[in-house]
Amino acid sequence: MFAVLRDLIRYNIEFAIGLVLVGIVVVFASLSFFAPVDPSLIYMTIPDQPPSPQFWFGTNSRGQDMFWQLSAAFRNSLVFGITVAVLSRIISITVGLLSGYVGGWVDRVLMFINDIFVAVPIFPVLVLFYFVLRNNLDSLTLALIMACFGWPFDARLIRSVALGLKHREFTRHATFAGMSTRKILLEEHLPYVMPIVFSTFMNNMLWSIGLEVTLAVLGFTNINNPTIGTVLYWANSHSAMVVGVWWWIVIPVILIVMTFLGLFLLAISMNEYIDPRSRLRRMGA
Amino acid sequence: MNGYLWFVGKRALQLLAVVFFGVSATFFVTHLSPISPVEAALGRMTARSNFAPEAIAAMREALTEMYGVNEPLLSQYVNFWMRLFRGDLGPSLLAFPTPAMDLVMRAMPWTVGLLVLSTIITFIVGNILGGLAGYSQNNKFFKAFGIISMGLQPIPYYIVAFILLIIFGFLWPVLPISGGFAMNVTPGWTWPFISSVLQHAILPSMSLVLVGFGGWFLGMRALVSNVVTEDYVTYAELAGVRRHTIVSGYVMRNALVPQLTALAMTLGGVFSGTVITEQVFNYPGLGSLLIDAVNAGDYSLVLAVSTISVAAVAIAIFVVDLLYPLLDPRVRAE
Amino acid sequence: MSQQSNRDILKVDGLKAYYQMNYFGVEREVRAVDDITMTVRKNEVYGIAGESSSGKTSFIKVLAAAIRPPLRVVAGSATYAFKSGTIDVAHASPEEIEAVRWKHLSYIMQGSMSVLNPVRRIGKTFKDFAQRPLGLSGRAFEERVVHHLSRLKLPPDVLKAYPHELSGGMRQRVTIGLATVCHPEFIIADEPTTALDVVVQKEVLSLIREIQQDMGSSVVFVTHDMSVHANMADRVGIIYAGRLVEEGPTRQMFFAPKHPYTAHLVASLPRIGDTTQRPALEGRPPNLADPPQGCRFHPRCPLAVEKCRTQTPPLEEVAPDQRSACWRWMDVEPLVKPSAPVGVVA
Repeated sequence: MFAVLRDLIRYNIEFAIGLVLVGIVVVFASLSFFAPVDPSLIYMTIPDQPPSPQFWFGTNSRGQDMFWQLSAAFRNSLVFGITVAVLSRIISITVGLLSGYVGGWVDRVLMFINDIFVAVPIFPVLVLFYFVLRNNLDSLTLALIMACFGWPFDARLIRSVALGLKHREFTRHATFAGMSTRKILLEEHLPYVMPIVFSTFMNNMLWSIGLEVTLAVLGFTNINNPTIGTVLYWANSHSAMVVGVWWWIVIPVILIVMTFLGLFLLAISMNEYIDPRSRLRRMGA
Repeated sequence: MNGYLWFVGKRALQLLAVVFFGVSATFFVTHLSPISPVEAALGRMTARSNFAPEAIAAMREALTEMYGVNEPLLSQYVNFWMRLFRGDLGPSLLAFPTPAMDLVMRAMPWTVGLLVLSTIITFIVGNILGGLAGYSQNNKFFKAFGIISMGLQPIPYYIVAFILLIIFGFLWPVLPISGGFAMNVTPGWTWPFISSVLQHAILPSMSLVLVGFGGWFLGMRALVSNVVTEDYVTYAELAGVRRHTIVSGYVMRNALVPQLTALAMTLGGVFSGTVITEQVFNYPGLGSLLIDAVNAGDYSLVLAVSTISVAAVAIAIFVVDLLYPLLDPRVRAE
Repeated sequence: MSQQSNRDILKVDGLKAYYQMNYFGVEREVRAVDDITMTVRKNEVYGIAGESSSGKTSFIKVLAAAIRPPLRVVAGSATYAFKSGTIDVAHASPEEIEAVRWKHLSYIMQGSMSVLNPVRRIGKTFKDFAQRPLGLSGRAFEERVVHHLSRLKLPPDVLKAYPHELSGGMRQRVTIGLATVCHPEFIIADEPTTALDVVVQKEVLSLIREIQQDMGSSVVFVTHDMSVHANMADRVGIIYAGRLVEEGPTRQMFFAPKHPYTAHLVASLPRIGDTTQRPALEGRPPNLADPPQGCRFHPRCPLAVEKCRTQTPPLEEVAPDQRSACWRWMDVEPLVKPSAPVGVVA
């Protein structure tokens, strides 16, 4: 595992850059555990101060220190992304492995449902949930709903790998040895799909954090909970750009782009690691 | 031919299932909500002027009848489907008494136009450039393109739209940043109107194109770099088949087959993107309508927009799927 | 360059083609074709045999003017004498090669399943491949193609078909049709029958032979299957570890081989009524990145002596029209009696 990591850092510039970017953001977000102020309180400092040695990222019109505000926002958003990714990974692994290994009508039914989920435009659905739940729509509920929509692409990917594994020698050995389906899937097949799970994990985080930003910017989430999206929501509602409080928008946007680029680079470089053909191309063979 | 009918039948069944589940979900989510559409409507209508209590009671009765909310859930559900087939989802509160369906139909062309325009541009440009990049892998220009699209691809629609708004709205104000056309032109098939519509569509579609482009570029580049190693490409090169024939008819043509499937699968996401873009640029499409409806608590309108958008995306996917056998003769014969 | 004799269409002279690779700064060189000299005559079928990874594929890549990095011609030449003039494909410019491709020099590639574009109709593929070299327009071109197809016993309908709609044998005939429709003077066929079942194989082989005699072309026919050579080739050349170790008229090669490797290849063919166990060749073909000193066959050769380990034997005439690269060619015993029927496809 460490050797793989070392090779990736050494030979894959995308992976190294991605790791650095995500690393910076994660460290920044973890600082929120040591925050001297409660990020949900307002008018704690002088509003509208530009970045200075005292307020590194300035303060906003709501009298919040942007450094600690953003640190908490990124922590919440990353936790949110990880929650959605973990939950939807569980669904996609279960569906993908079952569909690929059991086959037959189980496969057909699961893939039919899969295709339905692919076709439903998620954004109107999320807006609908907000319309119904209003401020009861907290991060966890939102994460649950998104997890229900975030699995079908990856389930299909895992299924295709599982289809290949089904006909391999070791699966037959396991079947003859009397292993149960559950045991075969968990102990024999799961390790093979783990690399895909990791790479889609990053992509899924990108997707869910992006959607959360979108919803929050429109005010369609609990706007009192600091996240990447709600920071932008408040900046917008105070017309930060127009009144000249540019740091309220520019700094979060820079951090968001860093996060997204970093996660994306990690995802594609891991993809490349999984697909030996693209690795060969890189070596010039 | 038989294979094609089989394919169409399977897809049509899927379309019906998607529409059925999507619309049902929309119905149940809204009807299990604590918000009463009747009280919401009453509150809105009585907010500005004083009504006699009898008048309010009469209105409440009329509204209850109109929404049919005093019936059991199941019969409401059946009624909902019947009204949907008649294209009547009740009046909108936002623009009472205009039927919600009328508002949806008015907004529809804007969204469809924006979606079709940007999807076609993105798909064609992304695939052509991605294909060329995959075919000539050591070209510096395409390498730079790859890095740029890699950087753009993961950024959320909202951020891209917002950055465009800042650049073209504040830093270098050359393009209209709000609305579907200028206020001083009258709608019609006149040049000033059309050019105004096109100008107003530039920024919204640009934000969709910028986000979507990278995915097609990177996807096509990866596909093509696999297709070029196929025997039929090597053989055609050996036979001295013209280069542009090889690139278009052999390499890209084969790589396009999986890309079309990908197109069908991304339409739902692109629709979500248009909602955001429309909101940022105040574009008079379905997205803006949905957001206004949510903010106004307009029950019928939210229901109408969600239902129609689920159905519309499903139909769009169906249409793209129908094109698939035209690209891949192997599906036709199966 | 030596004077090209009138009866020869291809003259290969001291050809060396290596794979030169560079992994993370480590240079690697594989000598796939190492000093091959031979000729192919007009109107003959020349069979090339050898194990996989013997360098025969790289050799015909050079002959077919399909040299792509990391494969590079390091020395020597491969000169064709076409009616339109001579051309050394190892050094010609892309434009010069373009001018002879398909019109004079064509190629039948291995694997009929994958050489046809799956999303293009056969007729369109014919247009892509042959319209420019033939220089015919619309109607005349179509007539020419249909006529050619009928020679291959293919109905004109195949032009409207997609590859997946044809059977394996038909597809192979289509690829032969593609390669021969321009009446090329020289055809390179790379294992054209390997993936086919025996009955179709026989049909395809006789078809290639027929077309070749009809058009008076020369064919270089590559396969590891010696029984196919017995039926197809006028002369056979044996490649081992990037070198031509023996060549000669087919009959002589089978009944009086003058190289122990040829003797072994011929002996390993199954013969009707023969139930004796045949000894397998010890060891594996050498690594072309680091070939053995002296004769490259010596580690596996039953006749090897000290001289074989240190000195490379030259390819010399040992019988009329037959050349062998072996220090002990006189001691090679034919393992097959001339009376025995050879091969399974016969």
